[in-house]
Amino acid sequence: MASTHSEAPEPPRISTLGVDGMLVSFGSTLSEAANRAALSFRAAVEAEGLMGVEETATSLTSAYLRLDLDHADHGSLRAKIETLLGSRDWYAAPLPQGRKLWRVPAVFGTDLAPQLQEAAKLAGLTPDAAITALCAAPLRVQTIGFAPGQPYLGELPPEWDIPRQTGLTARVPEGAVAVAIRQMVLFSVATPTGWRHVGQTALRLFNPDKPDPFILRPGDEVQFQPVTREEFENIRIRDADGGAVSERLG
Amino acid sequence: MAEIILHRTGPGVTLQDMGRKGYLAQGLSRGGAADILALAEGAALLQQDAGLAAIEIAGSFVSLEVTEPARIALTGAPMRALCDGAALAWHASHALPKGALLELSGSAGAYSYVHFGGGIDGKQTLGARSAHLAAGIGQMLEGRESYPIGADRGSRVGLTFAPLPRFDGGVLRLVETPQTHLFGEEQLARFIDTTFSKDARGNRMGQRLVSDGAGFEVAAGLTILSETIVPGDIQVTGDGAPFVLLSECQTTGGYPRIGTVLPCDLPRLVQARAGAELRFCFVPLEEAVALERAEAKRRAGLRSAAYPMIRDPHDMADLLAYQLISGVTRGDDLERSAS
Repeated sequence: MASTHSEAPEPPRISTLGVDGMLVSFGSTLSEAANRAALSFRAAVEAEGLMGVEETATSLTSAYLRLDLDHADHGSLRAKIETLLGSRDWYAAPLPQGRKLWRVPAVFGTDLAPQLQEAAKLAGLTPDAAITALCAAPLRVQTIGFAPGQPYLGELPPEWDIPRQTGLTARVPEGAVAVAIRQMVLFSVATPTGWRHVGQTALRLFNPDKPDPFILRPGDEVQFQPVTREEFENIRIRDADGGAVSERLG
Repeated sequence: MAEIILHRTGPGVTLQDMGRKGYLAQGLSRGGAADILALAEGAALLQQDAGLAAIEIAGSFVSLEVTEPARIALTGAPMRALCDGAALAWHASHALPKGALLELSGSAGAYSYVHFGGGIDGKQTLGARSAHLAAGIGQMLEGRESYPIGADRGSRVGLTFAPLPRFDGGVLRLVETPQTHLFGEEQLARFIDTTFSKDARGNRMGQRLVSDGAGFEVAAGLTILSETIVPGDIQVTGDGAPFVLLSECQTTGGYPRIGTVLPCDLPRLVQARAGAELRFCFVPLEEAVALERAEAKRRAGLRSAAYPMIRDPHDMADLLAYQLISGVTRGDDLERSAS
């Protein structure tokens, strides 16, 4: 490894993924610093335009690089990755530029999001205090995955380190907000899930018929704004964007 | 404008091409034909671009009509093919007259393809015509729908070729994943020694494998943080059975992966018949890269490997003789020198 990071829990680790992929992992457990390092490193790889890299992506704590085997080999790409890794302390790197803060109206509880009480109880809060806590601060889009445009948001305060359900909820609708393990998921498709359904938005995170079909990017931030069920219904009827507004984060 | 009119379709019939690259970061996997090789073969038979869309038939049936004369090619898992009641050879290209009824049924395998000269000009979404059902892009094709056929720049039909054998299973080559060694040497040895077959549960997202032996697992209580996953990855889920990710898989996952099937070997998994024996072996990454490069080169050369069918291919007993004859008099010298 080209560099060591004394403050970091683990040094970055390079592995291969499949025949044409490389994975640069900044941690085997999720931490804010490891997530930021992955986002920042991927942005740097994109900015450098590394030869032979066809596509990049991030997951919670790692960056993925897909090679064009016609124009790249693992050895020379690994050397470039090591050079880039050694060029700075990625755990102290700032988040990439061009990110957005999204304010998203959501109704919490009611028949639309029936597991608020249960989740609040597990976090040791009243339902009202839970809503306040979940909407208190912007949450980072730590990664997008599982389904198109679907963000994992975090990190919530420690009391939200609640487990997933052992059983699955048969179906939560598109736009559902669910919570577990100090994260929230904002579902882009109707799906079965083990996460508890605490809120509902009118967001359509993936619209394949739009020129830009994805609303969120990894590294963006989302702050939920609690609305009543009535306000929510109005938004759902009148606003194709689900009432979401964004501003640039520098 | 030439069109196809679908009369009847079974389940699992979709429009497919090479899929959409470049959206992994946004949670959208590439998708595309389950058997990408079949697309290249169809393109070779019709002497056209491999990126054109074809109809994928997942062990099902289709009958359709063409509104104008059209060229077709049939690839992937062989089916019974009839044009106005007359049998057509599989792994071959044919001319359909205006108004002809094409009936495909009785698939012996997994994924069959019918390609049209000029490709099917379905709606493009994010640069591709592939249905990606898991992502909500496109849908299964249904009877009474019609689709335009693109402008056909070619004219040759009656070509065939020797398809890469891939319907009877065999040994699939793997590279290691970041989690391979978490399974331990003993389990890895057992994995290599185990003969698997395809579970009845399988779709474009992935294929579960079954065996007579015990399941596989990493050390109890070990949790793996979700990370990027790719087609070919063999996840081992809670029930201990290997699950091979295919073209329409999710983009991230937290199950340990025992290995990744080489892309050049995936068609043999995808197309293995029910009950076909599948085994695995690990190869070093350098060898895997060389194999992939060699396969890419072979696919690029498929077009020149297509040769004229000069007799009824139902009678394939003297295939060797017929290849020798076609090798001597290709019958397409004029056209080849013109192109």
